Amino acid sequence: MQAEPLLVIQDVHKAFGAIEVIKGVSLAVNKGDVVCIIGPSGSGKSTLIRCINALIPFQRGSIKVLGIEVNDPKLDKLKLRKHVGMVFQQYNLFPHRTALQNIMMAPIEVLKRPRAEVEFEARALLKKVRLEGKENAYPGELSGGQQQRVAIARSLAMKPDLMLFDEVTAALDPETVGEVLLTIRQLAEDGMTCVLVTHEMGFAREVANEIYFTDRGVIVEHGPPGRFFTNPTDPRTQAFLSQVL
Amino acid sequence: MRVFLELPPTLHRASTGSLPALRLAPWHGAAILLIILATPLYGYAAGGPAPSSALAVLVRWTPLLLRGFGLNILISFMSMAIGTLLGAGLGIALISERIALRATAWSITQFFRNAPWLILLFFMMYLLPYSLHLGGLTLALPDWLKAVIGLALPVMANIAEILRGAVQSIPPSQWEAAESLGFTRSQQLWLIIIPQGFRRMIPPWMNLYAILTTSTTLASIVGVNEVVTLAGQVLGAEGGGPDLLAPLYGYVLLLFFIYTYPISWATRWLERRNAS
Repeated sequence: MQAEPLLVIQDVHKAFGAIEVIKGVSLAVNKGDVVCIIGPSGSGKSTLIRCINALIPFQRGSIKVLGIEVNDPKLDKLKLRKHVGMVFQQYNLFPHRTALQNIMMAPIEVLKRPRAEVEFEARALLKKVRLEGKENAYPGELSGGQQQRVAIARSLAMKPDLMLFDEVTAALDPETVGEVLLTIRQLAEDGMTCVLVTHEMGFAREVANEIYFTDRGVIVEHGPPGRFFTNPTDPRTQAFLSQVL
Repeated sequence: MRVFLELPPTLHRASTGSLPALRLAPWHGAAILLIILATPLYGYAAGGPAPSSALAVLVRWTPLLLRGFGLNILISFMSMAIGTLLGAGLGIALISERIALRATAWSITQFFRNAPWLILLFFMMYLLPYSLHLGGLTLALPDWLKAVIGLALPVMANIAEILRGAVQSIPPSQWEAAESLGFTRSQQLWLIIIPQGFRRMIPPWMNLYAILTTSTTLASIVGVNEVVTLAGQVLGAEGGGPDLLAPLYGYVLLLFFIYTYPISWATRWLERRNAS
C-alpha cells in the first residue's frame, strides 16, 4: 500500500522561445526517495528541477508537490517554497551576511518565526553540516565545499519536505566534493526526499533509489541503480555510461 | 577615458551609467594657484598703474566671497538630499516588474538625465511661484531655493540610474536563491540585492555630488547671489580691470578645487577598495 507520491511530474513541456528543452517528462517521487537525474549537458535536467519550485514557468503538463499544482497561474509560490528547498551549483550564499545569518534570514523574514528559536536551530544545522565554529564567517571566507554546506543548511532551515540539488558539486574542487556528498548522504539517511541533478555517478549508484537518464528533453530510461548501471537497455544510455564510467 | 579602463566592469557600468567621473589631481590646484599669482606680474609688466595688488583685493573680498561660496555649498547639500530621495524612488520604479511603472520611470529618467542642467534651472525659475500656499501655511520660494529644486531634478535622474546600475550588477543568481527561499520580491530587493549594491552606489554618488557642487555656479546666470555672481560684483566694484579678471575667477576656481578635491580623492579610494 503506497501513499500518494510526494512529487508527481506529468508530461511536462518547456520551451525557451521556439526551442523546446523538455518534451514531455513524467516521473514520480515518493516520500523518502532519493532520485538522481543524469544525462548529457543540455538535456534539460536543470530546467526541469527549476520548474519544480516554480523558478521558471513551463507551458504544458503538471507538477504536483504534496498536492500543490505548480502549473497554476494562481499558485501561492510562498506556500510551495515552504515545502521545497533548493541548492544551486554556485551555492549563491548572500555574501553580505555571515554563515549563521544566511541560515537564519528566511525563517525569520519569510516564516516570521522568533529569532531566538531560529538561531538555536541554525546553530544545530551548522553543526549537522560539520561547520561548527564558522557561524560568523562570511561566505567569501569559506571554501567552496564549506559554502555549499552552508547553502544546504540554509535550505534545511525552512524545514522542507523535498530538497532539490542542481549539480551541487560541479563547481567544487575535487577535494571538497566528498564533504558535500557526505552531507547529502546523511540527509538521505535521515529520510529527506531528494531530487538531484548530478554527474557523480558513484554517488548516484550508492545513494539513489532510482536513476533517471535524460537526453534531449526526454527521459530515455530509468530504474534502480543496480539494474541501471549494470544493465542499461537503451543504446543512448549505454553510450553515455560508457563515456562517464 | 584611461581611468575608466582601470575599473572592473560592474563599477564601470555603475559610474558611467550616470555622468563622466570628475577626476581631480593635485596639479590642477597648482595650475590654478599659478593663474592667481602670475597675473599681477603680467599686470606690472604691461606698465599699467596698479591701484592695489590683486592679492590684496582678494584678501579684502574674501569674507564676501566665502559667504557666496557657502550658499553654493548649501544649494549643493539641499539639491543632493532632495535629488537622492526622489532618485531612490525613481530608481526603484526603474526596476519594477510592472511595465507601465517601469516605462514611466524610464521616460522621466531619460528626460532629466539628458536635458541641459541650465535649461532645467531656467524652467524652475519661471515655472515655480514666488511662494507656496499649503493650507494655511505660506512658504516663500526665494531664487536660491528654486535653484535647489532645478538642480535636484537632474540629480534625481542620475541617482535613479546609479541605483538601477548597482542593482543590475548583482548576479541574477542572488535573486534566484532568495526567491527559492520564499522571499517576496520586495524582501529580495531590500534584504538581499540593495545591501549588496549599496557599496557600489557610493562612489558614483560622490562623483555626482562633486559635479553638482561645481554646477551650482549655474545659479549665477539666474541671479542667485552665489560666489560667481558675487565675484562679478567684486570685479565691478574694483573698476572691472582685466588684470583682476584671472586672479579673481581663479580664486573662485581654487575654492571649488579645495572643496571637491578631497571628494574626488575619496571616490577613487573607495572605487579601488571596492574593486579589490
